[in-house]
Amino acid sequence: MTLEVIGTYAVGVCLLIGAAFAMVGTIGLLKFNDSMTRLHAPTKVGTIGIGALLLASMVHSYVFAEGSMHETLIMAFLFVTAPISAHFIAKVNIHKRACDTPPAPPRDGTWSTLNVPEADRELELQKDT
Amino acid sequence: MARAFRWLFPHPVLTILLAVVWVLLQNKFTPGMAVFGLILGTIIPLVTAVWWPERPGSIRLGRMFSYAIIVLWDIMVANIEVAWIVLTKPNSKLKPAWIVVPLDLREPEAITILAGTITLTPGTVSADLSDEGHSLLVHALHTEDPDGVRDEIKNRYERRLKEIFV
Repeated sequence: MTLEVIGTYAVGVCLLIGAAFAMVGTIGLLKFNDSMTRLHAPTKVGTIGIGALLLASMVHSYVFAEGSMHETLIMAFLFVTAPISAHFIAKVNIHKRACDTPPAPPRDGTWSTLNVPEADRELELQKDT
Repeated sequence: MARAFRWLFPHPVLTILLAVVWVLLQNKFTPGMAVFGLILGTIIPLVTAVWWPERPGSIRLGRMFSYAIIVLWDIMVANIEVAWIVLTKPNSKLKPAWIVVPLDLREPEAITILAGTITLTPGTVSADLSDEGHSLLVHALHTEDPDGVRDEIKNRYERRLKEIFV
């Protein structure tokens, strides 16, 4: 077995794993019927699915061409930014009451998203009625 | 001397990080590019230091590295678990739950890393912080035992982060 044969199989396996997880994530996105549970599917695709696809690209570039390190950068930036977008979607869900109201925190007054500033309390009341 | 160093490199870690990212962007290592990366890494923190006056506290890099390995391993294990839930559990049997994690961490950087870790490990998403930052709201996709999940987050991640940010 030459290096190229091993490389080909490794790339193939990585592509299959990545594609499989991307598909499971998509199925989850379609299947779940609540906006909060639906949020869990993309976080999965963002980690292992993309990770395996980028690993395939990296192995391919090192075996068949001159190596490339860009994939590590993509992975690093993705790992740093993916939780932030998920956090914002969750905050929007809480803010629009699209999900069950979360239980009150033990030590502080309320969750920061549900915390309505003093000046806006009246507006909030009018909206409810 | 120390003051001059502090003025020139307000965020030493950021300087090194920017230089490394620059070299990685070039995709091949040449001394010229490394020097240019260091120049960029000096100028950018210097110019943006006005908006970021405080230096983050010191961290233990060795423990940070072992923490990253643990998180990567957990991401893989949890991915397979969640894929199994997605494929086999019908919607009616799914038990999503809110989990409140009381925080012992106080540094904003540490809380950010904890929240990011919770979101990256599939099955849990960090959704909100309480208004004074003493607890973290986590949403779990499927759990029989919300208290167990909370204890795991506290023991597995928060305890280690407390050791990293001394």
